[in-house]
Amino acid sequence: MRFETKQVPDATPAVRAVGVGKTFGRRAKAVDAVAGVDLTIAAGEFVSLIGPSGCGKSTLMRLIADLDAPTAGTLEVFGRSPRTARLEQDYGIAFQQAGLLPWRSVVQNIALPLELHGVPYAERAERAEQLADLVGLADFRDHRPDQLSGGMQQRVAIARALAEKPRLLLMDEPFGALDEMTRERMQAELARIVARTGAAVVFVTHSIPEAVFLSDRVVVMSPRPGRITAEVEVPLGAERAEMLRESPEFFRTVSEVREALHGAPVGRANER
Amino acid sequence: MSAAAERTLRIVAPIVVGVLLVALWWALSANQGRTMLIPTPAMVTDEIVAHPDVILKATGITTINALIGLGLGAIVAIALAGVAAWLRIVDWMVAPVVAAVAVVPIVALTPILNTMFGASSQFGRQLIAALAAFVPVFINVLRGLRQAKPVQRDLFAALGASGGQTFSRLTLPTAVPYLFTGLRIASSLAVISALVAEYFGGPANGLGTAIATYAKSGKASLAWANVIAAIVVGLVFFLVTVLIERIVARRIPV
Repeated sequence: MRFETKQVPDATPAVRAVGVGKTFGRRAKAVDAVAGVDLTIAAGEFVSLIGPSGCGKSTLMRLIADLDAPTAGTLEVFGRSPRTARLEQDYGIAFQQAGLLPWRSVVQNIALPLELHGVPYAERAERAEQLADLVGLADFRDHRPDQLSGGMQQRVAIARALAEKPRLLLMDEPFGALDEMTRERMQAELARIVARTGAAVVFVTHSIPEAVFLSDRVVVMSPRPGRITAEVEVPLGAERAEMLRESPEFFRTVSEVREALHGAPVGRANER
Repeated sequence: MSAAAERTLRIVAPIVVGVLLVALWWALSANQGRTMLIPTPAMVTDEIVAHPDVILKATGITTINALIGLGLGAIVAIALAGVAAWLRIVDWMVAPVVAAVAVVPIVALTPILNTMFGASSQFGRQLIAALAAFVPVFINVLRGLRQAKPVQRDLFAALGASGGQTFSRLTLPTAVPYLFTGLRIASSLAVISALVAEYFGGPANGLGTAIATYAKSGKASLAWANVIAAIVVGLVFFLVTVLIERIVARRIPV
C-alpha cells in the first residue's frame, strides 16, 4: 500500500492524557478551558470530540498538537512529549479553515510539509501527485487555492495533513464551513482515506451525525470547565459506507450521543 | 460588449482623452493675442527638437537623484519594517518618527539639507527623495509582514518549521504584494520630491532647476518642454515598478 503510515508498536497509545488541564489568564480572570481530562486513544482509533462551543474540545486538540501547553496533568503522544511528537512530525493537522498558501498551486501546497523537512524535490513532487489523486484533485494539481471551491480547498488541506504519512491525524472541525451535501461527501471520503492509511484520528466537531458516522468512539465534553462527561462507543464496524446513515444502529448511536450531550433522554426524535 | 471590443476600447479611450487635452491646450494657447502666456503645443515640441541635449542632461540628473532616493528610502524602509515587525518595541520606538517624517515639509527641509551638504552636492536632493519614498514603503511592508493568518502560523508551528522557514515561506511571500503597493506610491513620490528639491536650491542642474530658471526668464516653451520630460520620468518610474511587480508575482512561489 502506498499510503501506509510509519510503523509503531501496537501497545503504545496514540494519545494518553492524564488529568490534563489548561487555564488561560491568571487569578481573578483565570478561565479553565480544559480541566481534569483523562483520555487514551489507541493507535489507529478514530475518536471524535464533541460538545457545545467553549467546551474546550479545540483547546484539547491544540494541547495534543503542542500549539498550546497544558497547565496541569501529563500528556503523551506515542509515548513522547507533545513537543517531541510535533518536531518529529508524528501527527498531521487540518483546521476549520484550509489555511492554504494562496501563491502556491495545489501540489505545492500539499508538498509544503515535505519541503520544510528537506525531502528531495522529485520525491515530494511524486508524493504530492499521489495525494492529490487520493483526495480526487488530480485534475486540479496546478490550480491556485482561489480557483477552488471550499470543499476542494479542504481536501487539499487534508492531503497536506497526510503528506508525512502521520500515525495521528488531528482535525479541528475541518468540514465546519462546508454545506451539508459537500460535508457528507467529504465525510465518506475521509472515512475511506483513514481506512486506507490506518492512522489514529482526533476529530473535533459539533455535529452529532458527523461524529457518529466517522468515529470508533465519541467523546462528549461540556463547558465551564471543559471536561469529558461521557464516552460513547460506535458499533458500526470498520467499513463506513453511505448506507450506514440509514441504519438503525446509526440512529441509536446518534440518540445515545445526543442524550449524553444533553445529560438526559431527549423526547424530540425529529430534532436532528 | 465582446472581449475584443473591450480591449480595443481600453486602448482607444485614453488616447481620445489625450488628443482632446492637446486640442484644448492648442485652442487655449492659439487664441491669447500677443501676451503668449501659454506656449502652443508646436512651440513646446520645437523646443524639445531644438534642445534635446539640454533636456536630456537635466532629465538624467533628475532620474539619478530620484532613483538613488527611491533605492535608499526603500532599502532603509524594508530593513526597518522587518525589525519593527519582529520586535514590537522597535515598532513603538519608530512609529512617532515615521509619522514625523511623513509630514515633514520638503520645501522647508530642502534649503537646510542643501546648506548642510554644500551647494555642489546632489546628496541633499537624493536624501529628500529618500525621505519621501521611505514612508509608503515602510508603512506597507510593516503591514504586509503582519498579514499571515493565525491558521497559517499554527500550521507552520504544527509542521515544526524553523523561524527562518516560516519567514521565507509564509511571512515574506505574504508581504510581497504590500511591498509593491508601497513601491508604486514611492516611485512617483521620489520623482516629485527630487524635482521639488532641485527647484529649491543646490547645484544649478536637473529638471527642477531648469523649469524654475526658464519659467522665470520668460522661456515658457522651454520650461514646458522640461515639464513634459518630468512627466515622462515619473511615468517610467511607475511603469517599471508595475512591470517588476508583474514579473515577481508570476515567479512566486519558488
